[in-house]
Amino acid sequence: MAEDLTTLLAHQMAARLRAGEVTSRELAEAHLARAHATDRGLHAWLSLDDDRALAEADAADARLAAARAAGPAALDALHPLHGVPVALKDLVSVKGGQCTAGSRILEGYRAPYDAHITERLHEAGAVILGKTNMDEFAMGSSCEHSAFGPTANPWDLGRVPGGSSGGSAASVAAFQTPLSIGTDTGGSIRQPAALCGIVGMKPTYGRVSRYGIVAFASSLDQVGPFGRDVRDASALLHAVSGRDERDSTSAPIPVPEDLVRLPSSDDEAAAWLRGRRFGVPREYFVAGMDPGVEARIREAVAVLAASGASVEEVSLPHTDYGLATYYIVAPAEASANLARYDGVRFGHSVRGGEDYLADYLATRGSGFGAEVKRRIMLGTYALSAGYYDAFYLKALKVRTLIKRDFDVLFEAGFDALVAPTSPDVAFRFGDKMADPVRMYLSDACTLPVNMAGLPGISVPCGLSEGLPVGLQFIGPAWSEAALLRAARAYEGATAGADWRQVLPRDLALLEDPGIATPAERAAAPH
Amino acid sequence: MTATAERAASALERYEAVIGIEIHCQLRTASKMFCSCSTQYDGAPPNTHTCPVCLGLPGALPVMNKAAVEHVIATGLAIEASVPEHTQWERKNYFYPDLPKGYQISQYAIPLAADGRLTVDTSAGPFTVLIRRAHLEEDTAKLAHGDAPSSSGYRTTLVDFNRSGAPLMEIVTEPCLRTAEQARRYAEELQLLLRAIGVSDADMERGQMRVEANVSLRPRGTEPFGTRVEVKNMNSFRAVERAIAYEIDRQAAAIDAGEPLSMETRGWDDGRQATYRMRSKETSEDYRYFPEPDLPPLRVDRAWIERIRDGVPELPAARRKRYVAAGITPYDASVIVADQGMTGAFEAISAAGAAVPAKEVANFVTGPHARLAKAAGLNPRGTAGPSDPREIAAILAAIADGTVGRPIGRDLLDRHLADGTPAADLLATVRSTISDDDDLLAHVEAVIRANPKAVADFRAGKPVTGFFVGQVMRATGGAADAARVTALVRARLEAEG
Repeated sequence: MAEDLTTLLAHQMAARLRAGEVTSRELAEAHLARAHATDRGLHAWLSLDDDRALAEADAADARLAAARAAGPAALDALHPLHGVPVALKDLVSVKGGQCTAGSRILEGYRAPYDAHITERLHEAGAVILGKTNMDEFAMGSSCEHSAFGPTANPWDLGRVPGGSSGGSAASVAAFQTPLSIGTDTGGSIRQPAALCGIVGMKPTYGRVSRYGIVAFASSLDQVGPFGRDVRDASALLHAVSGRDERDSTSAPIPVPEDLVRLPSSDDEAAAWLRGRRFGVPREYFVAGMDPGVEARIREAVAVLAASGASVEEVSLPHTDYGLATYYIVAPAEASANLARYDGVRFGHSVRGGEDYLADYLATRGSGFGAEVKRRIMLGTYALSAGYYDAFYLKALKVRTLIKRDFDVLFEAGFDALVAPTSPDVAFRFGDKMADPVRMYLSDACTLPVNMAGLPGISVPCGLSEGLPVGLQFIGPAWSEAALLRAARAYEGATAGADWRQVLPRDLALLEDPGIATPAERAAAPH
Repeated sequence: MTATAERAASALERYEAVIGIEIHCQLRTASKMFCSCSTQYDGAPPNTHTCPVCLGLPGALPVMNKAAVEHVIATGLAIEASVPEHTQWERKNYFYPDLPKGYQISQYAIPLAADGRLTVDTSAGPFTVLIRRAHLEEDTAKLAHGDAPSSSGYRTTLVDFNRSGAPLMEIVTEPCLRTAEQARRYAEELQLLLRAIGVSDADMERGQMRVEANVSLRPRGTEPFGTRVEVKNMNSFRAVERAIAYEIDRQAAAIDAGEPLSMETRGWDDGRQATYRMRSKETSEDYRYFPEPDLPPLRVDRAWIERIRDGVPELPAARRKRYVAAGITPYDASVIVADQGMTGAFEAISAAGAAVPAKEVANFVTGPHARLAKAAGLNPRGTAGPSDPREIAAILAAIADGTVGRPIGRDLLDRHLADGTPAADLLATVRSTISDDDDLLAHVEAVIRANPKAVADFRAGKPVTGFFVGQVMRATGGAADAARVTALVRARLEAEG
């Protein structure tokens, strides 16, 4: 029986593609086949576009063949992701393709243009397999707020994969794709990465262009990569980063080539830790956090110390205000960003009312889900006359204080901060749906990083009662190269750990064609 | 004066009108405010000048048009406003089908220009309009409302997004105007200014300049403002003046009759010459302004402002002043400066003939030249039809120094305007001017002998000098200096007397 290509890491695929041992078409076919065969029980995908993916794979193979004929320099010039499959969260515009953002209101909309990152992925030669499930408009921490039904966690199909980029995280964890793209507004990459036991990174605000990405909260949204190891995630970040004139908030800062030169040797990687200085913010060990999570984080910190790094407890005193501040700023921006979904030009549209206002109300009333409506109302309220100063303006001031907390530590010389990504492991469907604030608390350790515009990465650091725990590294702005080096170092230092050998527990169940769907599981009482 | 204007004038004896003017101008730029779509959509089929950005598609982001910002700064400098060191963009949130994003990117807290002024001439003398602010924003799409229900049973409204996202400058005055005439003169002067600095074509009929007036009345001698009414849809300067006069009259009549006025928006109906109620403004909408997170704040450094200042040309007021100082009547100066074509011709001819008196150039430019310019348009040299400023200057110089008489000179100018014949060729056809008194005296003698009745009239004290001068001029084919002839005729007649 032929080797299962879906078990390969992206950098392993890259090596084999160059060696001519495998073709991009074979990789695409293997992943598409697995995605089709295993997604009933997972529901990670909102669309798989086999024809487009195979055409892209064939084009990648043609370029590979030409490069191989031209010699080693031409092969080296190809991006490490050349010919490698990748999944996109369904809020990334791909010309001619669907782009629902997990919402009914965008049903039927076809993007007439490519997002900047779509162009960049095409330039790199990556092969886009399809679009993944997400909380509606990226508002949620469990993927349960998708209008098209939830995604399950491959570690336990009765549990959520996290969110909002739950489909992107679950698809990578379930070996349906080696890589995927997510977006992170308050933790929407790092938290699902933690809950699915993979690597996910939110870059510095401005590192990746938001052009063509359906907006949730413009001053917080960032695109980022998921991968099954640090090197893979890093290569994907490299492919999509860089200044784009069409996004005025994208920074004219060069993309570090180190992102594609992380050490392949675990020992070499781990050696980087010697003499580094890490801070462990005490406020991130929140009351009520899962004791297993806390234990794994403390062990990870001990690994860093044992590898020659200095580790100190530090304080980010305004952390407690993060959640409240975030839930003013993000909904305020969202209330405006989502105003364009009015049924006039595209997507879901209800017509025939008394006047245009009646049609707006009917379109938006039936097109948006409950969580989106809640946040539009929160944001509208926070911006209303008489409340603006007390809420929005004050939130902006607190945001400055939160950012200053981080600045103080980085100015004091810390290379990075180490913290839990999520206070919990993956929770059961429905556990937090009745209480929005409990759901919001899932992002307590990630959203301050968005408020400060900093890069953060979540890497697996062990299991708690059989479910993955994520370790978060937070760095100064534009420190992606060092932050990925730190994450790779931790990965190298723990390469031999037993927990690294454990595969997602319910992977095998996904092979069953008659398995219950996540929507059915979520609906069933437990 | 129309009946309405008369009634408005009488109302103003009892009431003081408080008028504020808001003007939206489309800026003259190659591309739209936040995308690279062309602004040359006038006459283009609907929705052919659009992109994801100006259609407000998911994921589209704005990129600031720097030229539009410079236009507003230039306007600010021209109206003596202050320009802030940094400003920001804000979202103005409201739902309407002509607003694809559901918000308009605008400026709220910090306008690009604040506290300016513009002085206008009115029949009652100069009046200075205080300008509160000028800011930059994006235009909306254009709606076309269907009259009849469509086959589907709905009344349809079509949206043309060609205009969506075009750069728009809003200029708001203080409520400092008191008469309809001041309002019209302000709008006219602002149009001249915008055209002079090249920031807007400001054509009212084409919607490039949209004037709205807030009008209220209060009894003379009182402070509190009356109920404010907003007047829109005034598509000409005349409409601005008439609509405001109508409102003053209407509001005065209502107050006199004890009828309450309501805060409302009214439109001007040019056909009926009346304003009509469009909608109530009793409840003010909450636009929920907040800083636009898709655009960084804008820093306006001093060097940038100075570069823009260097590019601001002579303004209409300064130009009028210069023309009057050069000897042109204030009326002619206003006429010339109000018309870019006349201004251009005046400048070109003056530059070509420094010795020609300005008044001579002004008379020509506002007279025969203006008629041809209207009929045949202007050439790249700045004058009408086939004419050339240097040739015109040469002929005007010949007239001014008496080389050719005025009637012949006019004829030569007409001939040059008609076919562009060079001045030298034209002047060569004219006999050299009879400047020799002996020659002239012979002509004078001849006409006096030939007209004994007129001589008798002179003795009877009747004014006949002009008659004799005219006869001499005709006899010389216009080739005489009229002033000299007049002197000789007078002397000769005195001798008769």
